[in-house]
This record gives sequence, C-alpha cells and structure tokens, in this order.
Amino acid sequence: MTCLETIQAYALRSIGLGERLLPREDFTLCQQFTLIGSGMLWNIYFGLIALLTGFLLANALAVGKNSERRWLRKPSEWFIFIFRGSPLFIQFFFAYFAFLSLKSVHPAFDPFTSAWLGAALVLFLNTAAYSAEIFYGALRSVPKGDLEAADAYGLTGFARWRRVVWPTTMRLAWPAYTNEAIFLFHATTLVFFSGFPAVRQRGDALYYATYFADKTFNPFVPYPILAFYFILLTLVIISLFGLVNRRLNRHLPQERRARMRLRAPQIIR
Amino acid sequence: MFDFCADPSVLDRLTWLSCYLTTGKHMAIYWSVGTVLLLLAVTAPTALAFGFGGAVLARSRVAPLRWLGKGYIAIVRGVPDIAFFLFFVIALDQLFEWVRHEVKCPEWENSVWQGNDFIVCQAAKLPLSSAPQWVHEGYGFVLAVITFSIVFGAFAGNVLFGAMRAVPRAQLETAEAYGMSRGQTFRRVLVPQMWVYALPGLSNLWMVLIKATPLLFLLGVEDIVYWARELGGTKTPQFTAYPHGDWRVWYFLALLVFYLGMTKLSEWALTRLQDRLSHGQATASGERLRRDEVTA
Repeated sequence: MTCLETIQAYALRSIGLGERLLPREDFTLCQQFTLIGSGMLWNIYFGLIALLTGFLLANALAVGKNSERRWLRKPSEWFIFIFRGSPLFIQFFFAYFAFLSLKSVHPAFDPFTSAWLGAALVLFLNTAAYSAEIFYGALRSVPKGDLEAADAYGLTGFARWRRVVWPTTMRLAWPAYTNEAIFLFHATTLVFFSGFPAVRQRGDALYYATYFADKTFNPFVPYPILAFYFILLTLVIISLFGLVNRRLNRHLPQERRARMRLRAPQIIR
Repeated sequence: MFDFCADPSVLDRLTWLSCYLTTGKHMAIYWSVGTVLLLLAVTAPTALAFGFGGAVLARSRVAPLRWLGKGYIAIVRGVPDIAFFLFFVIALDQLFEWVRHEVKCPEWENSVWQGNDFIVCQAAKLPLSSAPQWVHEGYGFVLAVITFSIVFGAFAGNVLFGAMRAVPRAQLETAEAYGMSRGQTFRRVLVPQMWVYALPGLSNLWMVLIKATPLLFLLGVEDIVYWARELGGTKTPQFTAYPHGDWRVWYFLALLVFYLGMTKLSEWALTRLQDRLSHGQATASGERLRRDEVTA
C-alpha cells in the first residue's frame, strides 16, 4: 500500500469509515501517523463538546457560588468540590458503571454507556466545575470601580451582570481559561482507558498509539507522533483563544492589555 | 474474619456486610490503599528532587545544561500526561533490560530489535522469570515510581524555577555584597527563601499528585482501581459461595469518597502549613496573620 492509499483507508477509521481491519504487521510510519491522527477526531470531538456546553454551566455555577443565597451557593460549592476534588479517571469509571446499572432499569440509559455520550457528559460536568472555579475567582476580582460605575448608570440585576460584570469576568479569567481548555483536551485521552469501550476498535489518538506500542514493542515511534499531534492542537487552541483575548481587551490601551501568560494550574485531574 | 461469619446464610444485613467487607480479597483492597499511600510518600520527595535538579539546570550558566533543564520542564506542557506514563513504563523497562543485556551478554550477536520484537538474552530479563512473585510486583511498582517522579519532577521543576526567580533580587545582591560566591549565595540565601514562594505551587502539585494515583492502574500495578473492578464485578454461584450482581458502581463510589476525603484532609493540612511558613514573613499573608493577632 502506498501512503496515499493508507490515508484513504484509515484517515476516518476512528469513526467507522474506511478499512475495517487494523494493520497487524509490517507497521509503516505512514500507518501510524494516519491512524493516530484519525483518533484525534475523537479527542477534538470530546474537547469541543465539553468546552462549549461546559462554558455555559460554568458561568451559572460561578454566579451561584458567588451568590449570597445559601440554597444557591451551597449546591454550587459542592458540585465544584466533588468534581475538582476527585480524579477524573475515577469519575469516568464511576459514571460508566452507574450508567451500566441504570441501563438495566430503563433502556433510555443505553446510549450513555457508549463513549460518545457518557464520556462527553462526564467531561462536560468536569470542565464545568474547573472553569466555574476560574470564573468565580475572576468574578471576585472584578474592580470595585466597575461595579460603582454600573450603579451610577442605574444598571441593576441581569442588565448589570450582562453589560458590566460578565465582560470583565471573562477578560480577567481568559488566560486561566485558556489553560483549562488545553488540559481539557489532554484529559480526553483518558476516555478509552476508563471503562468506556472502544467499539470495533474505534478509539482516540492514545488508543491507537497504545495499540501500535503494544504490537511493535517500540514506544519510541507512536508516542512521539501522539505528542506531535497534541502540541499542534495546543498551538491551535492557544492561537484561537488568543484571538478571543484580543477581542475581550480591545477597549484597553495597548500597554494595559492583559498579556496571555500561560502557566500550569491544574495538570492532571 | 469474625467468628460469626462461619455461616453467612443466617446473618442479617449489617453483620453480613461486616463479614463481606472483611473477606481475604477485601483485605487486598485495603492493602492496596497502602500501595497508593506508599507511592505518594516515595514519589513526592523523589519528584521534588527531580524538580530541584531541573530548576538548577534551567538556571545554569552553561548553555547546553540550561537547554536540558528548560526542555525537561517544558516538554510536559503540550502533551497529555497519560501518554508520558504509558511511554516511560515501556521505555524504562527496555532501557534497563538493554543495559543489562549489554553487560551480561556481550557475546550476543543479533540486534535487540528484531522485526516487531524486543529480544534480550535470558540472563538480562527483568525481573528474571525464576524470580518470586513479589519481585515482579515490586519491579512494576518501582517502574511506576520512577515514571511518576519524572513526570511530576518536571512540574515541580516549573514551580521551583518560578520560586527561585521570585526571591527578591536585593537579597541576592546583599549576599554578593558580603562577598559570598555564587554557590554560597545559592545555598545560604536563595534556597532557604524560595520555599515560601514555592509552597502554593507545590500544594497544588500535591493535590494533582493525589488525583494522579489511580493512573497506577494503567501502569499495571494492582492498586485500588484494579481491586474495585475485580471485587465489584459480577460473581456467579459457579465460582464463589457469595454470588452477587454487578456492584462495581458502589466500589467506585467508595473510591470517589476516599479521594474527596484525601483532598479535604490535604487542603486542611496545607492551609496550616502555609500559615506556619507565612508567620513573620514580609508577604501579604504574613501581614494578614500579624494583623489578625493584633486584633484578636
């Protein structure tokens, strides 16, 4: 097989299109690149779904945790503590077996035992908790002057939050949130190692990398390929989030703009 | 475990549960909690040492050493950690076997790479096939500890590198003014002062390390995740006298609670440590402590 044929056969293997059988011997570099890249589709899918949905819940949770009403604050605090205080790996296992038990109660839980829904749900809740903590921190550090200005304009309730508090929160939280997004994409590699089955060997990038490492007994080729893909993905995320950051800070004078300084706050969950 | 457990059919639920949770197999899961704690106890200082080495290298004046240190610290960003865990376990194993192979079997002609196989001579196998069971398990654990230390060493290196730069420049200039050499400044001024700046980062790292311990399962160590899956799985009357359905969800719920407890406990302890270290320091938290004491 030439490399082009390999790409045609395996580029969409992870979502069930193309060649059915995985290569079994004489693994070429091209095969490894194609299949691991094909697995990246899952990582991108999980990351995007969790990021988009988690963002909304995270905002609600942050406002909830900042609320003065006890019945709003306590549930938000507990939610954030439970998902940030326990390993994501255990959360995946727990969710998978919980869905498995619920499946015997009602068939409606059937799709939850497959990765595309069940694992996405766990990742959604998990990233919502981590992002909520970031947004909460930013919400607490909205400058007092901004709030006083909002009061002076007669803004109250939702309009005040929507027009003054929220934009500033986003601006303050954005560098940390970029980090969260990066590590969320890294966390997606745990999915197929934690109970959720890779049906018909349709797995993510790490699944295929491990497949090759197990078959060839040579970890020095597949894992660097995986690393290459993830570094690429990280760079894409940083540049996309950088664009948003520029837009969030566009009203500020050039030298006061928050530079995107990326550190590693939460590394593994 | 208890005497009344001899005939489970007559017991009511709670006493039955006490018997169930103290079977020989369940003792294995309690021991595996010990494995996790042992891993934490061994890895934390080792990773700190790795990180210290990395941070010192990254500050080196010799360019290649500096690149080495910075590369080590930087490489774990951008790549998922699990990939590192899975990679290092195989890579280290092969490295050890290859070194032993070169030493013990110099007459071996063929390459260790043959097609899709990695072949070393019998004497170089690690652990030897004749070794007792505990050597096999111990070897797996040691590999896991080294892997954890390398990965977390890089994170710790990042924290310590930042902390070393956070020590006020004036302190180092004063040391130089006293005529201390670079090494003396490092030992007597920089290192003692950097810990306060490093503590928040290291606390965070400790929490992350706790939450990373279930990954031991991926490295092939029989840890709590392994036993939770084993014990919770469906038991049929064919194979055991105590059949039950799929209870894995309850076992993982227990693990979840265990980890939440560990997090809470660490949070409490680290806050106290932070307060103690900040006591009398010219930092914001030290100042806050002083004010609280004055008003109290």
